[in-house]
Amino acid sequence: MSQRNLKDKKLAVETLLAQAGSDWDKRTGAVSVPIYQTATFGHPELGKSTGFDYSRSSNPTRLVLEETLARFEGGVRGFAFASGLAAIDTIFRLFAPGDSVIVTEDLYGGTHRLLEKVIAPYGVRIIPVDTSDINAVHAAMDPSVKGLFVESLTNPMLRVADLPALGKLAKARGLTFIVDNTFLTPLFLKPFDMGADVTVYSATKFLGGHNDVVAGAVVVKDHDIAEKVAFLQNAVGAVLGPQDAWLVLRGLKTLPLRIHRQAENAVRIAAWLAQHPLVKAVHYPGLSTHPGHARLRSMGFGFGGIVSFEVAEGVSVKDLLARVGVFIFAESLGGVESLITYPTVQTHADIDPARRVRFGINDRLVRLSIGIEDAADLIADLEQALESAR
Amino acid sequence: MKDKDLQVHTRLVHSGQDRDPFTGGSSVPIYQASTFAQPDPDHPGAYDYSRSGNPTREALEKSIAELEGGTSGFAFASGMAAISAAFFMLKSGDHLIAPEDVYGGTYRILSTLLKQWGLQTTFVDMTHPERIAQVVLPNTKAIFVETPSNPLLKITDLDTVAAIAREHGLLTIIDNTFPTPFLQRPIEHGFDIVVHSATKFIGGHSDVIAGLAVTRNEELGRRMKAVQNGVGGILGPQDSWIVLRGIRTLAVRMEAQQRAAQTIAEGLAQWPQVLKVHYPGLKDHPGRAINERQSAGPGAVLSFELEDGVAARRALAGVKLCFPGVSLGGVESILSYPAKMSHAVMLPQERHARGISDGLLRLSAGLEDPQDILKDLKQAIGV
Repeated sequence: MSQRNLKDKKLAVETLLAQAGSDWDKRTGAVSVPIYQTATFGHPELGKSTGFDYSRSSNPTRLVLEETLARFEGGVRGFAFASGLAAIDTIFRLFAPGDSVIVTEDLYGGTHRLLEKVIAPYGVRIIPVDTSDINAVHAAMDPSVKGLFVESLTNPMLRVADLPALGKLAKARGLTFIVDNTFLTPLFLKPFDMGADVTVYSATKFLGGHNDVVAGAVVVKDHDIAEKVAFLQNAVGAVLGPQDAWLVLRGLKTLPLRIHRQAENAVRIAAWLAQHPLVKAVHYPGLSTHPGHARLRSMGFGFGGIVSFEVAEGVSVKDLLARVGVFIFAESLGGVESLITYPTVQTHADIDPARRVRFGINDRLVRLSIGIEDAADLIADLEQALESAR
Repeated sequence: MKDKDLQVHTRLVHSGQDRDPFTGGSSVPIYQASTFAQPDPDHPGAYDYSRSGNPTREALEKSIAELEGGTSGFAFASGMAAISAAFFMLKSGDHLIAPEDVYGGTYRILSTLLKQWGLQTTFVDMTHPERIAQVVLPNTKAIFVETPSNPLLKITDLDTVAAIAREHGLLTIIDNTFPTPFLQRPIEHGFDIVVHSATKFIGGHSDVIAGLAVTRNEELGRRMKAVQNGVGGILGPQDSWIVLRGIRTLAVRMEAQQRAAQTIAEGLAQWPQVLKVHYPGLKDHPGRAINERQSAGPGAVLSFELEDGVAARRALAGVKLCFPGVSLGGVESILSYPAKMSHAVMLPQERHARGISDGLLRLSAGLEDPQDILKDLKQAIGV
């Protein structure tokens, strides 16, 4: 029997993550939490439970991940879902028909589709606003507004929301303030310190970090909302399976190493792109020219690993995508491998073209998710691909 | 596997994809990948992102679509995620008709979340299909059916329900978890959407939580796909592979478990302490004739009534071989207490009104020798 217990120890994030689950299996002392591939659990007797009854309600492997996420974010409870969208869907079911929710206007295409096609038809009004402009948010307020859903760093334009101002507004108006912190993770931004009540993640991205699992996460700051989310997670049942929960937990252990390396690479690549004659514009909040640079600098701890850029006229995006060799032309982001994505036809294809272009997502924009490779290899790859695409 | 003339035993072993097209591997690879490299922006590859489509999950989805005789299959994170997805195809202001003794988890989502979101449900006794027609409202959009029902094994006449639905232009959704497509294929009776908790007989080993859905036609398939991809309650590749592995042995498991259930039901019916046995394979079961017409067998779940809650609790505490717990359909016999487990979400008066008494126990027969199970129950009940 292992007596190790890290629960009450004050630990730095790196330690907490590297050791996640290492104290869980008291019987064997296993350093890695077992994958409990079981649907149900035997009861000692009627009315008594081991704490686990049925894996949709709670599974030990998933629970360790959920507890780790909660502690990492500084919330009271975490929840793991079958995908980032399953997490977001569940959170929106906290609202009722007749409620309105103010959302970031240039939301990820999948979230936009979910809200427009699934949530809005149930009578929850969705109000898209430029949440990087606090005045615009104030102007959109009315008594039916019950929630605020904001991407901390938007996809793919990397706009930076004014979280402290939004947090104050949410508090004054009693709104449920939800932050999709997928692009920054709690390492680079702590939304709970700025008034957020709930954070959501596509754990497929940086948290999992290996492009090998689809998963979602929610962390909640207070007990009342936690109770409601727990009810919905069990009732709707879009839970993460034990194998996948284990993979996300495994990914979390190296998150601090990966994301810092990705951010370092991203700064170098963004700076290189910014001086390239075949590049018209670069969007990366780590560049001092980026409109959200000062704000993210003041409220966060890093700028992330996502860089978008617009190629100059005369450069064929199609050729660029065909010529990259190290970068993989694929959807998703946040993994160890660098990816190049074409938002117009991939992540944001479900958004009306006129609306898309208004946000700056035109057909010359590509998004890079920078991995942990050597930055010089990545730059050389982009250089040759840009040259051969002109 | 496209040949519809093959017998069901063969189809279970070969449905979906029985080999890997690249390597010839006899089991589909577990594609633990979230994303897929794209050849060209104008010609997207077959897969782009695993929420939208994953080759391992797709092998399972094709398999269940073929087995149910539908056009499109879908795999979800749990049976409830599959059932929710079917309900999410409806909208606020719609009305749904569901069986009064519906599974507690389905009852919970209908009576809380979906009710709050404006989906209205009327619960009726579907063993009398004429009662369905009586509660159809102008805004009724769908009928949801379970047969045999959980936990009382009541039988609903599929052809009659499908005819009522056709007459009123309603969508028909059925939870086919208990019989599985090995015994019962509701689409052949005119149903539109079949949902499963694949955690149960389809997976069959009590080792995975999963849900499945199949649609009758491609139009419904597109709507279901929009919900699956849009909401994202998908099944992961490891779990998809485990369910597919379960499907391969569904026929042999179900046959053996059904035989065992018959033996156990007949044995229980002999004991004075057992007031009533609910099993469609028994001669006196009121739905037996209908079930024989629409299903290839009575299945492997039965329930029985002891005198009261005290007797039921004593039996549950006394079993040594049966697995006391939630769930069903696994290789091990599982004894459950609906009042405190599957149907605990119902208020006692609602539960009693639906015939789920405090003395009711549900048994899912496993692969053990049924005589061993009877012996175990005998000592636990105190016969």
